[in-house]
Amino acid sequence: MSGPVARTAILREPAPSAITAGIALFNRHRVSVVIWLLLLTAPVWLPLVGSYIQLGSQVLVFALTAMALNILVGYTGYISFGEAAYFGLGAYGTGLFLKFVAPMTLPAVLAGVALGGAAACLIGPLIMRRRGVYFAMTTIAFSQLFYFIAEHWNELTGGEDGLAGFQRHAIDFGIATLPLHDADFYYFVLFFFALTAGIIAMLLRSPLGHTWLSIRENARRARYLGLRTDWYVWAAFAIAGTLAALGGSMEALLNNFTSPQDLYFIVSGNFVIMVVLGGMGTFWGPLVGAAIFITAQDYLSSMTLNWESFVGVLFVVVVLAFPRGILGLRRNGRNGTKRGQSGRDQRVRA
Amino acid sequence: MVLLFNVSNGLIVGLFYGLMALGLALILMLNNVVNFAHGGFMTLGAYIAYTIEQRFGFWAGLVVGPFAVGGLGLLGERWLIRPMYKRPGHLYTLLLTFGFALILEDVSRSIWGAQGVPFAIPDLLNSPLSDTYFFITGYNVFVVFITGIAAGALFALLRFTNIGIRIRAGMTDLETVSALGVNIYGLRALNFGVGLFLAGLAGVLAAGRLGLDPTMGQSLVLPAFVAIIVGGLGSLPGAILGGLLIGVAAGITSTYWAAASDAVIYVIMGIVLIVMPRGLLGEEGIGE
Repeated sequence: MSGPVARTAILREPAPSAITAGIALFNRHRVSVVIWLLLLTAPVWLPLVGSYIQLGSQVLVFALTAMALNILVGYTGYISFGEAAYFGLGAYGTGLFLKFVAPMTLPAVLAGVALGGAAACLIGPLIMRRRGVYFAMTTIAFSQLFYFIAEHWNELTGGEDGLAGFQRHAIDFGIATLPLHDADFYYFVLFFFALTAGIIAMLLRSPLGHTWLSIRENARRARYLGLRTDWYVWAAFAIAGTLAALGGSMEALLNNFTSPQDLYFIVSGNFVIMVVLGGMGTFWGPLVGAAIFITAQDYLSSMTLNWESFVGVLFVVVVLAFPRGILGLRRNGRNGTKRGQSGRDQRVRA
Repeated sequence: MVLLFNVSNGLIVGLFYGLMALGLALILMLNNVVNFAHGGFMTLGAYIAYTIEQRFGFWAGLVVGPFAVGGLGLLGERWLIRPMYKRPGHLYTLLLTFGFALILEDVSRSIWGAQGVPFAIPDLLNSPLSDTYFFITGYNVFVVFITGIAAGALFALLRFTNIGIRIRAGMTDLETVSALGVNIYGLRALNFGVGLFLAGLAGVLAAGRLGLDPTMGQSLVLPAFVAIIVGGLGSLPGAILGGLLIGVAAGITSTYWAAASDAVIYVIMGIVLIVMPRGLLGEEGIGE
C-alpha cells in the first residue's frame, strides 16, 4: 500500500539547496548580474582599458536618461524628441539651487528633479493627444521653449555662456562624509542609476507598465477596452521627464556646469539614438546604446573636427543596419520574433 | 514706427518660416516623413546659391540654389528614404533625417567655414522704396513677391494639374491611389523634391536678408515645425498662415521685450494647442 506515497514522493521536487537556487536565480538574471558586476567594478577596470572614470559617470548619466526615455519610446510606443528639455531643466534646477539657495548636494538633486518633473507634468496634457510624427514634432518644439528661456534669461541662467559658479559638495551623513570625488561620485551616480533602473523595472511589472505595452501594441484596442490611453501616455511622459531630470541633475553635478546646449534638440536626438542603438523596449538597451554612443563621441571628438558628421553617419548606419538595436538582435535570436512582427498599431502607409 | 518696423521684419521672417513649413508639410503629408534635415538642405541651398552668386551673380544663384536642393532631394528620397516606407512607424525616418541634418550642417561648415558670410543682393533691390518707411526695401517686396509666386504656383499645381490631384489624393489615402495604378513611388519622390525646392528657395531668400552661416537651417527649421502645429496639421495654407503669425508675433514681441522674442512663438504654440488642439486650419482626426 505504499504506492500513492511513493508517487507523491516522485512528484515532489527535490528540496532546493541554496546553491541550486542561486544557480537558477543567476541563470534567470544572467545579463543583469553581469551588467551590475561590470558597473560596480567600473572604476577598477575603466583605467585598464584606457578610459577614465569621468567617462564612466558620463555614460551612466546618459544611460539613466535614455532608460527613462525608453519608457516612452520603447514601452509606450511614443517617440519623444524633446527629452533634452527635462534633462536640461534638471541640470539647471540643480545648478541654480547650489548657486543661489544652498550648497547642499542632495536637496539640489531634488530641486532639479522637481523642476524638470513639474515641466514634464505641465507640458504632458498639451501633447498627450498627438500621435506618431506629430507627437515627435510637438515634443521637440516645446523643448525649444525651455532652450530659449535658458539662453535669454541672462541674470538667472547666465545666458548663452551657461551656468557656472557652483559645484557639488561633500555629503555629510553624520557618521561619515562622502566627498564626491571622481570615484565616489561615480558610485553616487550609480546609486541614482540603480534607483532609476529599479523604479523602471517595478513600473514595467505593474498594471501601469502593462497598460503602456498594450498602448504600444494596439492603442485603438486599448481605448476600446475603456482605458483612457491619453492619461497613460501622460503618465509615461511625466515619469520619463522626471527621471530625465534626475539624469540632468547628475550631469550638472558631474561637470559643475550646465549650458543651454544641454536643453538643445540635438541632445534629444542623441538620447533617441542611444535607445534605438541599444534596442528599444529592451531593459538594458539604453545603457548599451549610451555606452557605445558616449565612447564613440568621446573618441571621435578627440580625433577629428568633423565628429558631428560621424555622429550623423552613426544615425544613418543604425537605422539601415540595426533597426532593432544591439540587444534587440539578441532577443530576436533567442525567442524567434517576440516583438516586431506582432504588428504595431501605427499604420504603415505605403 | 519701431512697432511697424518690427512687424514688417516679422512678416518677412514669417514668410521664411512659412516657406519652410510649406515644404515640410508637403513632405509630412504625402511622404509621412518629418524632415529634420529640412534646415540642413535649406542651408545647403543658400550656400550653393552663394557660390554661384560669386561667379555668375545673384539671379543665377536664386535659380540654381533651389533646383540643386530639389535635385538632391530626389536622389536622397530614392536611395535613403524610400527603403524606409515599408518599415512600421515613423521612428526610422525621423532618425535618418536627423542624421542627415547633422551631416549637412557639418559638411556646410567644412566647405564654407563656420563664420557667417554675407550674401550680396543687387543694388536694385537694396534701396528703401520710401523715405518715411525706411524698412520697406526693394528686397522685402521682392521676398513677398517671390514667396507669393512660389506658393501660388504650388497651390495651382495641386489644384489644377493631374500630378497635383494625385498628390492630394495620396495625402488622403495612398493605398487607394496606388491601387488605381498611380506610381506612388515616383509621386512621393517628386513631392519630396518639390518640398526641398521650397526649402532651397527659403534658404536663398533668407540668406539675402539674414546672411549665411552653417546653423541658419537649425534656427529656421524649428519655428517651421511650430508654424505647422499652429497653422493646423494637414493644412498647407495653414502652414503659411502659421509661419506668418509666429513671425509677426515674434516681431511685435521684440519691440517690447526683445529677450522673449524667440520664446514667444513656443508660448503661442502652447496656447493654440490648449484652445484649438487641431491648430488654426487643421483637419479633424489628423495626428490625433
